[in-house]
Amino acid sequence: MKVLVAVKRVIDYNVKIRVKADKTGVETANVKMSMNPFDEIAVEEAIRMKEAGKATEVIAFSAGPTQCQETIRTALAMGADRGVHVVTDGELQPLAVAKLLKAVADKEQPGLIIVGKQAIDDDSNQTGQMVAALLGWSQGTFANKIDVADGSVTVKREVDGGLENVKLKLPAVITTDLRLNEPRYASLPNIMKAKKKPIDQHKPEDLGVDVAPRLKTLKVEEPAGRKAGIKVKTVAELVEKLRNEAGVI
Amino acid sequence: MDILPRPPSPYYTADHDAFRDQLRRFVERDIAPFVDQWDEAEEFPRELYKKASAVGLLQMGFPEEYGGVPSDGFFRIIASDELARAGSGGVNASLMSHTIGAPPIAALGPEWMKRKLLPEILSGEKISALAITEPSGGSDVANLKTTARREGDHYIVNGQKMFITSGFRADYYTVAVRTGGPGMGGVSLLLIERDRPGFSRTKLRKMGWWASDTAQLFFDDVKVPIDNLIGPENAGFNGIMRNFNPERIGLAAGAYGFAKVCLEEAIDYARQRETFGKPLIKNQVIRHKIVDMAMKVNAVKATLEGLAWRVEQGEQPVAEICMLKNLATTSLEFVANEAMQILGGAGYLRGSKVERIYRETKVMSIGGGSIEIMKDLAARQMGL
Repeated sequence: MKVLVAVKRVIDYNVKIRVKADKTGVETANVKMSMNPFDEIAVEEAIRMKEAGKATEVIAFSAGPTQCQETIRTALAMGADRGVHVVTDGELQPLAVAKLLKAVADKEQPGLIIVGKQAIDDDSNQTGQMVAALLGWSQGTFANKIDVADGSVTVKREVDGGLENVKLKLPAVITTDLRLNEPRYASLPNIMKAKKKPIDQHKPEDLGVDVAPRLKTLKVEEPAGRKAGIKVKTVAELVEKLRNEAGVI
Repeated sequence: MDILPRPPSPYYTADHDAFRDQLRRFVERDIAPFVDQWDEAEEFPRELYKKASAVGLLQMGFPEEYGGVPSDGFFRIIASDELARAGSGGVNASLMSHTIGAPPIAALGPEWMKRKLLPEILSGEKISALAITEPSGGSDVANLKTTARREGDHYIVNGQKMFITSGFRADYYTVAVRTGGPGMGGVSLLLIERDRPGFSRTKLRKMGWWASDTAQLFFDDVKVPIDNLIGPENAGFNGIMRNFNPERIGLAAGAYGFAKVCLEEAIDYARQRETFGKPLIKNQVIRHKIVDMAMKVNAVKATLEGLAWRVEQGEQPVAEICMLKNLATTSLEFVANEAMQILGGAGYLRGSKVERIYRETKVMSIGGGSIEIMKDLAARQMGL
């Protein structure tokens, strides 16, 4: 079984995000970029499946500008076998990525597609669900644990108030939650070896996909700064404020 | 300041960047949260060697057939730089002690030794240490006193070694011994395993590098097979000398990394701390201090990378490496001192990175050849 994993290049989680002066988006020039952490978890899970003999090949997919190759290389250095890079410079929205993933899945015929539940830049939480719908495959979102069996997969999902087990027929789409695993480091020997692994490049047109955005961003603004709190003198005052001002008790 | 992507540089490739990225995470996750605890405990878990191997830190620069990864000197600079971010020289010194203990084995050791020891060391299973310095002298290698007397197919080793990094926990010791007459022509390198009868050690307590197990070693009629010889008999001096250039560049890279941490901590603190109604950093005296600190850090970086590049081209610029070590370590002393001054009381408290780095500046300007020895060697190399 092949496993297709999607990896997104996002602003590194350590970076303090700044809004562009013209309010059209956030500043990405001269900003450190990394693989979306949820996607690292997806890559790790796919590699573990291969190590356990449940997957035969792990393919890392990314869509975006040339630099996305670095993100794919990271996945290859972690242990993925080869990469697929859809090269495009414009803005990509979840629906476009889902269509690209579907096109690649049609070609590669993977048994599983694993993606992060969301990317830490736009927090959309849509791509996995959309690609499942486009392919007509089962989906197991927010995976906390994955067990692959013959022809099916059991996904323990993180839902409000607990965990839910679902059994899906393969092929299927899974999105990863934070506690699924702890991704390994890409070691120096594997960083060196990753250079020799192939990355196929496509353009969206080659795959017959129109990636033009369907949604328009009107304005991006920084969240309002937090106002300073106040100090209460007595417990009675605290209770009074919680009851009458905050309305929580 | 370091969150910016790297500026254009003739030295670093995408591979270097990828390695730096992974190392930064490794240090943030597996080292930095624990350094205070390890320092106070005067020890870090042995498990860390295996974790360091998993990220490829231990394998750098060793041949692939023995479990290493051929890699250029810039990978090692990145390693020193990133390890420094945790702010604990002691952890780094012991964790990386094989970078001085094992190169003589890889370069000069017999095949059986390379095949058995190197994979164990590079995978983090076993710890390697280098033992040259003695109670009677360090840099004066030609006059070392530990003897190895030949008796059949064994040597009988007697003597002491001092200030040995990883000396308490190491499994394999690369030991300089006198097998011949006086002077550098009588010195050999000998592998001595920790469990040989007559070999004992005592842990030393220090001003800094608490997490590092520095020890004094005692050899009392220790029987060592002649197969344990590293390189030809009485030709050990060469093996010792070839360690020095990489070791000193590594120390300079570490000093650079620690200085950068001090600078970052000082800027952070000066921005946050308010006195007399304004942030500390708005005071000219503080701003000027920070610029002086940054200037030194930049000078060390430029010199370090330029020299590392020349070494990659096959040069052995000994005098310049000596000067680099002095530039880097004296700059660190300056920067750590100024950072401590900016942090004031907050910097003097245990648990602050600056406090520990400040205490650990001296070992950098003494270990691996003191400032004075470096100047002497540079002067001789310059034909003065």
